[in-house]
Amino acid sequence: MNSFPTQSALDPAGQGAESIAQLFYWMSGGAALIWCLVIGLAVYAIRRPQAHHYRLTRLLVIGGGAVVPTVVLTCLLSYGLSMMPELQRPAPEGSLTVHVHGVRWWWRVEYLGPSGQPIATANEIRLPVDQPIEFKLFSEDVIHSFWIPSLGGKVDMIPGRTTRLKLHPTRVGQFRGVCAEYCGGAHAQMNFDVVVSDAATFERWLADQSAPASEPETDLAVAGKAVFSQRGCGACHAIRGTAADGLVGPDLTHLGSRLRLGASLLDNTRQNLRRWITQTHQVKPKVEMPAFEALPEDELTALVAYLEQLK
Amino acid sequence: MTDADDEFVPEKPDRLWSLTFPPLVWAVHFLASYLTAAIWCAKAGPQAGDADPVRVAIAAYTVVALTLIAVFGWIAFRKHRTGEATLPHDFDSRADQHRFLGFATTLLAILSFVATVFTALVVVFVGSCH
Ligand code: HEC
Ligand SMILES: [Cu+2]
Repeated sequence: MNSFPTQSALDPAGQGAESIAQLFYWMSGGAALIWCLVIGLAVYAIRRPQAHHYRLTRLLVIGGGAVVPTVVLTCLLSYGLSMMPELQRPAPEGSLTVHVHGVRWWWRVEYLGPSGQPIATANEIRLPVDQPIEFKLFSEDVIHSFWIPSLGGKVDMIPGRTTRLKLHPTRVGQFRGVCAEYCGGAHAQMNFDVVVSDAATFERWLADQSAPASEPETDLAVAGKAVFSQRGCGACHAIRGTAADGLVGPDLTHLGSRLRLGASLLDNTRQNLRRWITQTHQVKPKVEMPAFEALPEDELTALVAYLEQLK
Repeated sequence: MTDADDEFVPEKPDRLWSLTFPPLVWAVHFLASYLTAAIWCAKAGPQAGDADPVRVAIAAYTVVALTLIAVFGWIAFRKHRTGEATLPHDFDSRADQHRFLGFATTLLAILSFVATVFTALVVVFVGSCH
């Protein structure tokens, strides 16, 4: 899991991002052209030995200073506005809908199952390629902003309101999403992974996610399940199919299937899971989970074995 | 310029006020457009999809606003052109004050005209509440 997912709006993999990148290239090209013209004129004005032609300079000041900027701005405004209807149009009725809640400093994600039952996960969003997806965005505390640069534009998540966004991935791959509105201490570590795959792979993943957690099989993992409940992890974390039903932190039902831990901060490996549980605040300062520094070694090993097999 | 120049100036003293008319029209047009869109979309909701009534209303506001700005601009332009004086109208005389005010208002009218067109341009392209 050391592949670096892309996080560039200039490497588009979705329809929204493609239009935004296009707009950016037009604006940069235009800006470069205007810059060359202005600097060229300045050099000419300095170098020219004779007096400048009076009428010509007036024309240049009025034309270049007022008329040309107005025309350029009108063109840019029209070009940008002409993109809006398509970018803002909701995905058609019946499209896949994903609910995402911004929470300091992670992401609660909810898909709707075939019979309308919610399927909870966190910090990872998987999407099928080549179809529009409707996002409903919420915040549980302060203003966050939901942004997957490779796929499209960003939209704020506002407490007490529902905002929305349509994304339409056009390329299979792994991308990174970020929080784009400063929201407090660990804002810079509030990210998420996005995996775009073909529809069949996505459906299989969603079916796996909708199932309750698998029962632990090894003795170590069975012991780990007991540690999880004795240490009170279940007060904050839900593991569907067990007594753990906390909502303060991310749903861990299928933690083992996720790419990363702590809102896309660490690769999901055994070593990192141990670090996350015992050195939580060194790994992610300000995080709203208590560190379990004093957890005895045998309990930690068992706990990690349990969490790992929650595929 | 000269005292004789003052014959071009009307009896009533010029009011600095008139300078603000064109931008004021732009501001009212801007507010009215956004309020109409916000209220209509909040009541009818995005379910309604097309926002044609909003577009018609804003088209009407725009015709009124541009006409007003053009009228203020024309009046101001005539003030600027009183007598024979040329720019920059910076003599300490009643007549030049009159022309200066006219010229400044003309420039503001042009700016307000463009700004009002920009405001209206939004509903030319965006036709829904989404
Ligand atoms: C006071 C509530 C609380 C308790 C108790 C708690 N956690 Fe957490 N946990 C959180 C929060 C909040 C997060 C999200 C942190 C972030 O990324 O900002 C989290 C994140 C995690 C994650 C990373 C999840 C992901 O998707 O990245 C793991 C794994 C985890 N906790 C395991 C545990 C274990 C194991 C215990 C018990 C030993 C425990 N937690 C106890 C609140 C809690
Ligand atoms: Cu943030």
